[in-house]
Amino acid sequence: MSFKNELDRSQAGGEDHDALALDPALKAALDNFRQSVHSWSEAAYNRPRMQVASRRRLWRLATGWALGCVLVAGAVSGGVYGRHLKQARAEAVLEAEHQRQLAADREAEELMADVDSDISRQVPSAMEPLAQLMAEDESNISTGKKKRN
Amino acid sequence: MATAQETAAQEFTNVVTAHRPQIFRFLLASTRDVDLAETLTQECFLKAHRHWAGFRGESTAMTWLMRIAINLQKDHWRNRRMQFWRHTRNNSVDLDEASEWLPSGESSAEQKVLAHERVGQVWKAVEDLSERQRTVFLLRFVEELELTEIAHATGLNEGTVKAHLSRALAKVRGELGGRR
Repeated sequence: MSFKNELDRSQAGGEDHDALALDPALKAALDNFRQSVHSWSEAAYNRPRMQVASRRRLWRLATGWALGCVLVAGAVSGGVYGRHLKQARAEAVLEAEHQRQLAADREAEELMADVDSDISRQVPSAMEPLAQLMAEDESNISTGKKKRN
Repeated sequence: MATAQETAAQEFTNVVTAHRPQIFRFLLASTRDVDLAETLTQECFLKAHRHWAGFRGESTAMTWLMRIAINLQKDHWRNRRMQFWRHTRNNSVDLDEASEWLPSGESSAEQKVLAHERVGQVWKAVEDLSERQRTVFLLRFVEELELTEIAHATGLNEGTVKAHLSRALAKVRGELGGRR
């Protein structure tokens, strides 16, 4: 840098000093800050990059695997749970169907029993005279009892 | 005899060697993220390499590189603001960790504690600055650039640089005064 530039710079610095004057405490704090940033930057700049890169890659890999495992476990357990639900639902449907079938059978049996009893009451018409005789006997017995009384 | 292309390549290599640590330092102070600072430094030199033929030497190579770095940093924050979900991946170190790096000159334990406290307060103030104020402040007080160089690097005029700097200093002063 030429002497003239240096002179211009110092002049500009003088003007800046007026506009942006720093008290000793502020100056000390800014010096500390600058030195702190410089030492941090130097340490970060000279750190072993490969090691850091491989450590990051390892972390990424581990995170990827963990996420993958969680996803697979989620998918599997979700599938199993879904299947279980489906099976339970199918069993419930089968049970309901079975119950309905039983109820239908019972209804059919009752109907058949009713029909049987109706038929059994209607069919013995051939034996009607005998039934009339029994009815007459019963009425005779009851009138006899009444007379005796 | 070396060809013009070889000379240019050699020149660029020299520029990288000379200015890479400074660009990295500026980006590290701006982002407080070592990995991001490294990535942006790489991008900066990649961009510089692509446009090296167009560098006419109107400003110093340092100022030119700093301008690229500032633009890259701006683009990064703009993209980050738009991709709000990326905030979860923020690797910036917190202020305490950044203040751990102490100037080597402090000898006594008391001086070290005081320096640590001061550095923390300045970081706190820097965090609260606007993007432009922070850039100007870091260029002036960390990179120790002159106002004209800052004006070249940021594309602002010198008066605006001064105004930003004085507002930034007022905030730092306030932070230091408030904690005293």
